[in-house]
Amino acid sequence: MQKKDMWLAVLILVVGAIVYMRNPLFISPINLGNTANLIGLFGLFAIGQAFVIMTGGIDLSVGSMIALLGVLFVELVGRFGVPWPLAILITVMAGTVMGLAHGLLVTKLKMQPFVVTLCGLLIYRGVARGYTGEATAGFPFGASFPELEWLTVGRSFGVPHSFIALIIVGIITWFVLHRSVFGRHLYAVGKNEDAARYSGVRTGLVITSAYVICAVLTSIAAIYFAMFTKSVQPSSHGNFYELYAIAAAVLGGFSLRGGEGSIIGVILGAVLIQQLQNLVNLLGIPSSLNFAVMGGVILAGVLADQQFNRYRERQRAARALDALNREAAAPS
Amino acid sequence: MTATTGTGQPLLALENISKVYPGVIALSDVTLRVHHGEVLALIGENGAGKSTLMKVLGGVIEPSSGTITIGDRHYDRLSVLESQAAGIAFVHQELNVFDNLDVAGNMFMGREIRTRLGFMDIEAMRKAARPLLRRVGASFKPETLVANLSLAERQLLEIAKALSIDARVVIMDEPTSSLTLSETQTLMKVIADLKSDGIAVIYISHRLGEVEQCADRVVGLRDGHVAGELAKHEINHDAMIRLMIGRDLKALYTPPSVASGGTVLSLKGIKNAVNPQSRVNLDIRAGEILGVAGLVGAGRTELAEAIFGIGDILEGELTLAGKTFRARTPREAIDAGIYLVPEDRKRTGLVLESSICENISLADLGTVSRYGLVSQKAQLRRALAQRDRLGIKANDVMRNAAELSGGNQQKVVLGKWLSMNPKLIFFDEPTRGIDVGAKSEIYKLMRGLADAGVGVVMISSDMEEVIGVSDRIVVLREGRLSGELQRAQFSEHNVLKLAVGGN
Ligand SMILES: Nc1ncnc2c1ncn2[C@@H]1O[C@H](COP(=O)(O)OP(=O)(O)OP(=O)(O)O)[C@@H](O)[C@H]1O
Ligand SMILES: [Mg+2]
Repeated sequence: MQKKDMWLAVLILVVGAIVYMRNPLFISPINLGNTANLIGLFGLFAIGQAFVIMTGGIDLSVGSMIALLGVLFVELVGRFGVPWPLAILITVMAGTVMGLAHGLLVTKLKMQPFVVTLCGLLIYRGVARGYTGEATAGFPFGASFPELEWLTVGRSFGVPHSFIALIIVGIITWFVLHRSVFGRHLYAVGKNEDAARYSGVRTGLVITSAYVICAVLTSIAAIYFAMFTKSVQPSSHGNFYELYAIAAAVLGGFSLRGGEGSIIGVILGAVLIQQLQNLVNLLGIPSSLNFAVMGGVILAGVLADQQFNRYRERQRAARALDALNREAAAPS
Repeated sequence: MTATTGTGQPLLALENISKVYPGVIALSDVTLRVHHGEVLALIGENGAGKSTLMKVLGGVIEPSSGTITIGDRHYDRLSVLESQAAGIAFVHQELNVFDNLDVAGNMFMGREIRTRLGFMDIEAMRKAARPLLRRVGASFKPETLVANLSLAERQLLEIAKALSIDARVVIMDEPTSSLTLSETQTLMKVIADLKSDGIAVIYISHRLGEVEQCADRVVGLRDGHVAGELAKHEINHDAMIRLMIGRDLKALYTPPSVASGGTVLSLKGIKNAVNPQSRVNLDIRAGEILGVAGLVGAGRTELAEAIFGIGDILEGELTLAGKTFRARTPREAIDAGIYLVPEDRKRTGLVLESSICENISLADLGTVSRYGLVSQKAQLRRALAQRDRLGIKANDVMRNAAELSGGNQQKVVLGKWLSMNPKLIFFDEPTRGIDVGAKSEIYKLMRGLADAGVGVVMISSDMEEVIGVSDRIVVLREGRLSGELQRAQFSEHNVLKLAVGGN
């Protein structure tokens, strides 16, 4: 665990303690379970976003993807009676195609990630709304899919399965990002794409893969969200979710310039954001202030991190100078 | 120890300067005085602290202790603006240009000429830039976008920019590291002019021939200390080497121990996208060091890059060990055993914000990993082996490459490629910014590769090096092969004649 991540964990505990002191309901099993569920849902695609940000890119389309893929999944299962494992497969495939399209537009046609995914944001949302005619997509009355529900909204020992999914995905992606050759290439591309290319890294492939990973994780999240809300209202479902993901990555120590960040960081970032939402509820702060609280905390967090780093640099230099002076003072 | 000789009131003085980084003492108690109209050369091995000392003077870094005196003003530390205001112009070792601006825009960055209404007077800036570019012998125009300039041209731009400041002292930190002989000679003339105008020049270079030619006084740095100084009449090659490394250096160049073998790569009618008007025919042989000379802009780098899979080959045929070969990406070239040590370490050679260790294994993660997972231990072992082999000055290979001195960064780039098994390796300016001791190590490495049957191609703008190291020299002019020289024909005159054309 990096130092940065540790401080974030401490911050989460401190905020948790404060909220608990003001409202003991914070640690009630129901509240913890619900929050864990939300952490799982939002964490899944935040990790995806982190891969894209690692390359110095950004994916603004995830919120719309969650809506469109949610509609797709619900329609497949609820209306067309497609067996749910097949429906999952189709949904993830559809997500993969979107991610592939983003990646290829960015790497082959040299379009800017912001532009590509901004268009994605608009297009996917528009398609979702157009297809449903603004109507809510839902499962037929009385339909039930016990295994699917167990997998997505079920709990074991009170732990929501979405949270467990996050942990599993977190472990896998941790290895991918921090231990695999691909991960190393990802860091290199984020920090200096040219040098990576000259070293034989297939930069186009690496960047495209990042968008695909993002889209795959987002489509999994989309299924979880659809099962969680049971119905998908295409004009509001998933609105602004890309911002939650980006915020989680930034809080978790990712640099939007690329080449910096860790999986533990982005997961902790997602935890902190959900904790803040929870805090707004529990402390009776008007929920309209929700975003303001989130923005304020992110700003303060990133600022503090920067200042702290600068302070540590100065401390280290001062200590080194001291050592030098002592050496000079000692008779030689 | 201090370096104080010289006459009269000094123009500027750096006194008892120390600079400490965590884990590294870059400068310790250095004193240096500079006088009006003198050319002071600063020499020392890679990491000796030359650039650091100059950055203190340029206001780029804060010294940990010591004072700076310019004229009769004393400073504990300078800012870049104060330094400029005091009449100090700085040509940095690592070029810092704005790719997205034109040449004139770069030259007047931060000092833009304005019209009466306060808008930028682009015409005036371009007009002012023209004579300065002519003075340094640059052939590009003020309107040219800097992204289109080669490394050497960027270096000329930086020099011209320094001249555009009305300076009392001009610092040049390895200004010629990617210039060829003719541009270097132009620079020597510029320095002589500056000197006769009473402007002091602080000149840093690892090309001792240049130092001998232009310096009035030489100060040697060793491990952050002043190691001593040489007065004008004491300046010669051996004395400078002794000052830098504290001992004599054995022969710089090693002759080949085997005759060159068969052709590794043959180029037939190769036309690349950068120089589509000309074709190149060339056989690269195993076991020899092929020197590639030419002026700045002759298309040497572009040719090597095209073979390496960067930039397109439009026409022609490449034959690698008897089989037709064409790399579309560097990966394919590397898999075929063709490597390229690029000339611009900052942009294409290194991931500066990654550790030395990670940089060394970047091109070959396959061999330090298992089941797709990188083994930290194998990676570390490889990095340590390369560090020791190349003498990279870093106790800790987990440090960022950005923290190394320029020469040591270059060694990291070499380490990356030398840890693998090449069939053919292009060295594009392999000793750019490298000290003599390390140079001789690198020549030995190249010779060792050649003796082991590898084809070695060395693109170099350093005439001494081209003549000393190569077994055969080809010269490029405007993308065209203008001639080939065998060892018996090697001379500065012959190389230059082919490079410039005419006689
Ligand atoms: N930002 C930094 N952090 C830590 N150490 C540094 C940093 N910059 C320079 N150093 C160290 O300071 C020492 C002196 O570096 P400097 O760049 O002055 O060397 P130099 O004499 O210019 O060498 P070269 O000939 O290779 O350019 C080196 O050991 C280098 O590793
Ligand atoms: Mg230097």
